[in-house]
Amino acid sequence: MAGEIELSRRGVLMVGGATAALTTVSPAEAQTALPESSPTSMGVSMEVNGTTRTLELDTRTTLLDALREHLHLTGTKKGCDHGQCGACTVIVDGQRINSCLSLAVMHEGSKVTTIEGLGQPDNLHPMQAAFIKHDGYQCGYCTPGQICSAVAVLEEIRAGMPSHVSASLTDRPRATTEEMRERMSGNICRCGAYSNIADAMAEVAGARA
Amino acid sequence: MRPFTYERVTTPAAAALAARAKPGAKFIAGGTNLLDLMKLEIETPPHLIDVGPLGLDKIEETSRGGLRIGALVSNTELAGDSRVRRDYGVLSRALLAGASGQLRNKATTAGNLLQRTRCPYFYDTAQACNKRKPGSGCAAIGGFSRQLGVIGVSDSCIATHPSDMAVAMRVLDAQVETVNAAGEVRTIPMAEFHRLPEDRPHIDTVLPPGDLITAVTLPQPIGGVHVYRKVRDRASYAFALVSVAAVVQADGTGRVAFGGLAHKPWRVEAAEAAMPQGAKAVAAIALAEAKPTHENAFKVTLAERTLAAVISDARG
Repeated sequence: MAGEIELSRRGVLMVGGATAALTTVSPAEAQTALPESSPTSMGVSMEVNGTTRTLELDTRTTLLDALREHLHLTGTKKGCDHGQCGACTVIVDGQRINSCLSLAVMHEGSKVTTIEGLGQPDNLHPMQAAFIKHDGYQCGYCTPGQICSAVAVLEEIRAGMPSHVSASLTDRPRATTEEMRERMSGNICRCGAYSNIADAMAEVAGARA
Repeated sequence: MRPFTYERVTTPAAAALAARAKPGAKFIAGGTNLLDLMKLEIETPPHLIDVGPLGLDKIEETSRGGLRIGALVSNTELAGDSRVRRDYGVLSRALLAGASGQLRNKATTAGNLLQRTRCPYFYDTAQACNKRKPGSGCAAIGGFSRQLGVIGVSDSCIATHPSDMAVAMRVLDAQVETVNAAGEVRTIPMAEFHRLPEDRPHIDTVLPPGDLITAVTLPQPIGGVHVYRKVRDRASYAFALVSVAAVVQADGTGRVAFGGLAHKPWRVEAAEAAMPQGAKAVAAIALAEAKPTHENAFKVTLAERTLAAVISDARG
């Protein structure tokens, strides 16, 4: 038993499962004891920040891992890896998504924009410039996801998409702080820079209105 | 995540055939719930069938004056459709109350119906869960159950269905269209689509394995004031403790379904006759069979009070 203490949590679970399978063998446990199939790789081509990129990937690779580990676009961040924090937000075919909850092989032909594609230090996107001006971050880890999300949020408001806090479903929504806070709820900031993020977004929204 | 093979299919019939050819295969569309579960190895499909290219992404008017929503229409697209916003407001409101903007952009109509419970014991592979591992028991009963089911529960499972969209579809008498590998088309009323847990909580719906959802249809609009009220622990991006979908007519009659209470959207048509008498009368019938735990008994009161607020809102 002492040896188990050094195992990872997953290792302990696997040992526990095997023990249960030997003693009680329920159908579900027998199922989990089946041998693992071997990894499969596939080709995929997508346009990332305006350049066509072709990759050969394990089918399990998420869009997030393809961007970071294979294309070395490390601006996009991995936070929770379960779609809860928004750090991995990128814009795909004009819509913001959680890149951690999407398989890279499902993006054949997609147009992906990451933080690197929005702007560069010598040529900032207005939202990036506004985040700097309004101090819309502290540690900066959630910031690329916040900025990609914020850019898409203003586009959604401009397109007339209502939100949970819109008083009317049929009137054109306005870029109020309340609207932007609701629409940004999928991006968590552990440092709590929310009010400055809302200020940055308001400035960009105002400049465009 | 366990390794898997992957294919794209271009017709619904090919999708259903591909599923029959590979036992244990799963369809994938938005992937927002399935990939989450695959990372945790709660779902371990050996093969994924990408239904993205099927073209089931349109919202069309039906000959009966309703709408036919393709299985792959995203939650964002459905919530934003001008006809849905005008004639089926409760559905737009329910969708906009769910998840985050990023998730709604990927999540599909069929995927939303088929999403799994968010019961913490289902998600924790170290815990007993009859839904995840049939016969292993239910650690939620007697455990941390504040968020869990209060009605239609069984001794095997007290999980809830997490969808907001499905609650609105239930109140609108939506129907689910499916196709199987033999090419047979079925229409399943929302009332029958999700199961109660009983002694087989690992089976969420009446959809046989390998059958594919192609669309959800809405009957012609019924007018009235449409309200979706969701009560949760934070103001946005959280699952419901209790939600109420209602369509209230000018004479005080109406329809009501509850979310967050059961293994399926909870609607008791017999209780709706009491709508003109108010929330207390409706809840007394709709929730008469409630069997809450010591931690979630508050949900029964909360459901009645939320309905009272909804009726009050609807009457202006």
